[in-house]
Amino acid sequence: MTTTHCPYCALQCAMRLEPGPGGALAARPADFPTNRGGLCRKGWTSAEVLTVPDRLTTPLLRENRGADLEPVDWDTALDHVADRLRGLRESFGADSVSVFGSGGLTNEKSYLLGKFARVALGTSRIDYNGRFCMSSAAAAGNRAFGLDRGMPFPVTDLDEAEVIVLAGANPAETMPPLMGHLSAARLIVVDPRRSATAAEALRRGGMHLAPRPGTDLALALGLLHAARLEGLLDADYITERTNGFAQAWRHAAAWWPERAEHVTGVPATDIRAAARALATATGAYVLTGRGVEQHAKGTDTTSAWINLALALGLPGRPGSGYGCITGQGNGQGGREHGQKADQLPGYRRIDDPAAREHVAAVWGVDPATIPGPGPSAFELLDSLGRGDGPRAMLLFGSNPVVSAPDARRVRERMAALDLLVVADFVLSESAAMADVVLPVAQWAEESGTMTNLEGRVLRRRKAAEPPAGVRTDLEVLNGLAVRLGQPPARFPTEPDDALAELRAASAGGAADYSGVTPERLASGEALYWPAPAGGPATPRMFLDAFAHPDGRARFAAVEHRAAAEDTDPEFPLVATTGRLMGHYQSGAQTRRVTELADAEPDAYVEVHPDTAACCGLAEGDWAQVTSRRGATAARVRLRSDARLDTVFLPFHYAGEQAANNLTNPALDPTSRMPEFKVSAVRLRPHATRR
Amino acid sequence: MTQQPRHVVVIGHGMVGARFVEEVARRDPSGERVRVTVVGAETEGPYNRILLPEVISRRLDIADLALPEVTAPGLTVRAGTAATGLDPAARRVALDDGTFLDYDELVLATGARSALPPLPGATDASGAPEQGVTALRDLDDCRRLTALARPGAPVVVLGGGVLGLESARALSELGARVCLVESSPWLMRRQLDQDAARILQARYARLGITVHSWRVAARWLPGTGLELDDGRVLAGDALVITAGVRARVELAKAAGLHVEHAVVVDDTLTTSAPRVHAIGDCAQHPGGGGGLVQPGWEQAAVLADLLTGAAPHARYTGARPATRLKAEGIDLVSFGDAAAEDAETVTVNDAHGGRYAKLSVRDDRVVGAILLGFPDSAAAIGQLYDHESPVPADRLALLLGNAMPETAEAVDPDAATVCRCNAVTRAQLESAWLDGARTREAVAGATRATTGCGGCVRDVNALLATWNNGQPAPAPA
Repeated sequence: MTTTHCPYCALQCAMRLEPGPGGALAARPADFPTNRGGLCRKGWTSAEVLTVPDRLTTPLLRENRGADLEPVDWDTALDHVADRLRGLRESFGADSVSVFGSGGLTNEKSYLLGKFARVALGTSRIDYNGRFCMSSAAAAGNRAFGLDRGMPFPVTDLDEAEVIVLAGANPAETMPPLMGHLSAARLIVVDPRRSATAAEALRRGGMHLAPRPGTDLALALGLLHAARLEGLLDADYITERTNGFAQAWRHAAAWWPERAEHVTGVPATDIRAAARALATATGAYVLTGRGVEQHAKGTDTTSAWINLALALGLPGRPGSGYGCITGQGNGQGGREHGQKADQLPGYRRIDDPAAREHVAAVWGVDPATIPGPGPSAFELLDSLGRGDGPRAMLLFGSNPVVSAPDARRVRERMAALDLLVVADFVLSESAAMADVVLPVAQWAEESGTMTNLEGRVLRRRKAAEPPAGVRTDLEVLNGLAVRLGQPPARFPTEPDDALAELRAASAGGAADYSGVTPERLASGEALYWPAPAGGPATPRMFLDAFAHPDGRARFAAVEHRAAAEDTDPEFPLVATTGRLMGHYQSGAQTRRVTELADAEPDAYVEVHPDTAACCGLAEGDWAQVTSRRGATAARVRLRSDARLDTVFLPFHYAGEQAANNLTNPALDPTSRMPEFKVSAVRLRPHATRR
Repeated sequence: MTQQPRHVVVIGHGMVGARFVEEVARRDPSGERVRVTVVGAETEGPYNRILLPEVISRRLDIADLALPEVTAPGLTVRAGTAATGLDPAARRVALDDGTFLDYDELVLATGARSALPPLPGATDASGAPEQGVTALRDLDDCRRLTALARPGAPVVVLGGGVLGLESARALSELGARVCLVESSPWLMRRQLDQDAARILQARYARLGITVHSWRVAARWLPGTGLELDDGRVLAGDALVITAGVRARVELAKAAGLHVEHAVVVDDTLTTSAPRVHAIGDCAQHPGGGGGLVQPGWEQAAVLADLLTGAAPHARYTGARPATRLKAEGIDLVSFGDAAAEDAETVTVNDAHGGRYAKLSVRDDRVVGAILLGFPDSAAAIGQLYDHESPVPADRLALLLGNAMPETAEAVDPDAATVCRCNAVTRAQLESAWLDGARTREAVAGATRATTGCGGCVRDVNALLATWNNGQPAPAPA
């Protein structure tokens, strides 16, 4: 029996993996502060992913684009990749090769992937799918507090809260065991849909504010306005612990609740009531999720919610605060150790000379050889195979032809590459396009560390040997690096050796892991970063000071602006996308679990009955949903509590049913987050599906 | 190719002029396309006029009304300077300090001033307000009224439009004893029908504000109050006149521009002179929108699109008239034309409950609505009206919103999901119990129920208690 953590979301529920009835491993919940013995259906069924019938156990290679993928041995595959990479680099320069990572990779893999790109390939072209997940909250958190740790407090602190605002977050569906920590509080859920979380809030006497998608920035400004007019702001806190309130207020001043109502559709009385409830609670939290962040103005919208929290004096005090609910399993650690285009390990900036010096010393290279910042995820994907764009891409732990916005365009760009190499354990939709597929170990077949949504570093433990023929990501990186002329010791294959290097590289950085030793992990110590060597970990941040040089938090002077595209007579409805309890991300794993696939076999679209009737659609019909970018097929699910102007689609499905065929790649100017949550669409009966 | 940025001169630094500057800076942050000079007669910075009633009620200070500061490379603000002449042929503006500004494009954002009706005793020979009399349009008015209005002091508001009603409410929140006089037959005559206005008047009465409709003010008696046409005298230390506004058009008129009640503009917000534009309360567009700030802001955005070249095909096609009263304790909104001809109309007149709702629909679209005391449907109908979206089939449900009684849906108790997170039904729990699972832990081990969000723990415990006590015994599986 092995005690480890779930392969999926950032709550990282603890679980035991033990032999089940048929001899295969089965997952059982284990006690841990985040899940307290709970698991959702994804967690319960997670061990089935270890034995999926289409597991890859040999490298695959296609000789040319017309050819099929054929099994080859590892040396053939790695030699081929290394030769092609070397050739492209010599002909077109180091930036002709790119790397795409994932918020699902362990800290050790994230770290070595970044190092591999900068040292073995010398490319600046590296980013990861976390850009589509956490980047807006990270940018807003850095701007406000000088540092971004999703929740700067243990999740158990929420147990005592009196009121919690959940803005654009649906944990009852996406992270069910988290709800156990929200059961005492009165919930104010902000979501265009009557989500499971919103319904739960109403059931318990809370509130559901349902703004039109893309208007929640105006709603947050309206709440700040209402709180101010009710005389509920914390003036002493604003004076002593923050800067910039006056400028931020000047924008919020224009959002009296009646005007916010007009733009958002949330009644002014509800805005006032919510502001009053939040401001007068002892123990209040504002938590944001992807609904706030996945917009072309996601950073400013997150800032508007942080402004509200700051004006009420919540962050940096025991028993109250602001936090973002990280999504992917290692969404937190994945953004700290150098697989992001602009960062080096320890949450250091790649354009900071001191940071480059420090990391170069750990890597044993000349700082001048470390490339500068590269383009962000969507820009990187969109540049593939074009002009100066990369001609090769190495893809780890991600499935962008399903999960990136404007999926059709991403598919076209990936098809335009000279060389696509995908490391995965099944033939995902992206792997199926690859020239070389490298079969790698998964979650319970290797060890490493993950950093959960609270910033706590956890031990992921190995419970089974990978199938014969499969290698770990670290072994793949080592194999390629050596073929590219790197000394083998520079790319360790043992996770704890990588961790030792990561600790040195992160030492003194914002996310300092230097004290995260195997011994401390094994002891069960709660290692919230910063966890410096020889010092205590940090469960609660900002209690004395925020991380800006003056110790103060900063209000951001943000103004509402319209979504990147509006509805019009041709595309009269707003489509918004999100997650289901039974699936995770692109569904490459969960669509292979029988129980989960059977529960929700097809993509669906939630529609108000009147809206559906206008489009000639009834319950269960196949609809074609069309945006300016593409179309998707989905079964109609009628919801009488839906907004008339908004339809919802889960994004876990592929091909013709991919919701990301619709989504808009308009990017946030700061975080480079695409606008997943607002697309203008029309709805019609599907031409061929019945 | 580098071009000299074009010079845009803005006359007027109020809410709309300042918003135009903000919109330009957002579209042209480096100032490479346009440089902007703003001329504003007031020495104080631009401020939010809409929030003046909040200063009267002491919820905000005057300093809290400042608009966002815009700093942009090409921006010059000349506060305390008035334009005295405009020569469209020479593209030149004369200023009161004796200097001139040459422009490539001129934007008139001169706004409007309060109209003071001819009321004996209210103004002196020069037309200035007499002691105790004030409008509520600018900061000086606000300071004057703040000095006059104290808790317990009697105040008369003359004018039963939106500003009059909001001012009366703010004064009553402050604790003043407030009377309101409206010369037309009912309050908000342009936005409400008589039934709605009657209920509104009753609601004001409940807040302690006496409304005298269809009464004309005869004269102001300083130190005493306001005498009405029926001879009654309403006590008042102060008289707040909110009797409408007049566009400031002197500059445009003198320059020979086409002016009716305001400066006439087309869909590009251009006046009869090709390089002269007008936005906000000084502009008159065929689609209406005068008197409200939102249309002025929309005009500022369109003109910024055009003059920076950010969206050369942007057009202002008119306002969707919406009036939302901003008064604590009163939820009132009026959209479009609630008395439109050939429209289906649903009306709820609940005088006893102080509520009134009227919805007019044509071709499945909202053409007008009046909603008093229906806050959530006001928000929902506002969205349908604004986006011209189809109206749902059940008009009454839309109108009543949360006031609509919920209809319970029939549910098969066995098929009912008890644990959503793990999709466990009542029937599955029963069979686990029949197989010997008698505690929640045992049931959780057998079915996974209660291990997700934990929201069903209470339900599962209740079922177990029932079954364990044998009443009623579950049907055999």
